Amino acid sequence: MLSLLAERGEATATTLAGDLPVSRVAVVKHLAVLDRAGLVEARRAGREVRYTVRTEQLGATARWMAGLASQWDARLAAIKRLAEKT
Amino acid sequence: MTPDSIERETTIEAPVERVWELLTQAEHVGRWFGDAGAEVDREGGEMVMHWREHGSTRGRIEAVEPQRRFAYRWAPYKDPGGAEPVEGNSTLVEFTLTAEGGGTRLRVVESGFAALACSDEQRAANHASNTEGWALELGELADYAARVAV
Repeated sequence: MLSLLAERGEATATTLAGDLPVSRVAVVKHLAVLDRAGLVEARRAGREVRYTVRTEQLGATARWMAGLASQWDARLAAIKRLAEKT
Repeated sequence: MTPDSIERETTIEAPVERVWELLTQAEHVGRWFGDAGAEVDREGGEMVMHWREHGSTRGRIEAVEPQRRFAYRWAPYKDPGGAEPVEGNSTLVEFTLTAEGGGTRLRVVESGFAALACSDEQRAANHASNTEGWALELGELADYAARVAV
């Protein structure tokens, strides 16, 4: 659901429930949990509540994966070094 | 939202057979992967990598196509608590080797990060929740999110 919400930028529980094979009630409950977990932010807009993904969390994930990619670069470089040694 | 995979490639001035050896034989694996040795049991489908500081990680070998493809599943990012590495608690590492001129193009793809992130969501939800009935719905949400993740 986080990826759906990120794709849309911002959405209400009703909109998200329209895209998912689960009830709106389930979406609302799940959003509340994600909110408590700090992964989404809720904003009242008139009678609606709109949700957005908290990008600083996503930034952390992107940085973590960039770190993993560097680890793979280092391992490939080590394999290359060992393979090319005569 | 978590990208599902990492891909990296390098070109090596050495024949495919040499690179294959380095990738799959225990005495070599411990030199570029982990820093305190490794065990590789191709028959049994298991490998273990050791680090001086981080301890050891098990891998479950999934594919062995000599000189072409070597794949294993491992769980170094979160402890499955002794459980088998399977989709959802582990990532898949796939090496492919392609002969190019006298050398080798070596590609590695590590995938399965989206499923890891989804099980994180599910764990956070289960932890914060104090009602039971919606565990099933969360499972459905997590599955769907895993399928739409880019």
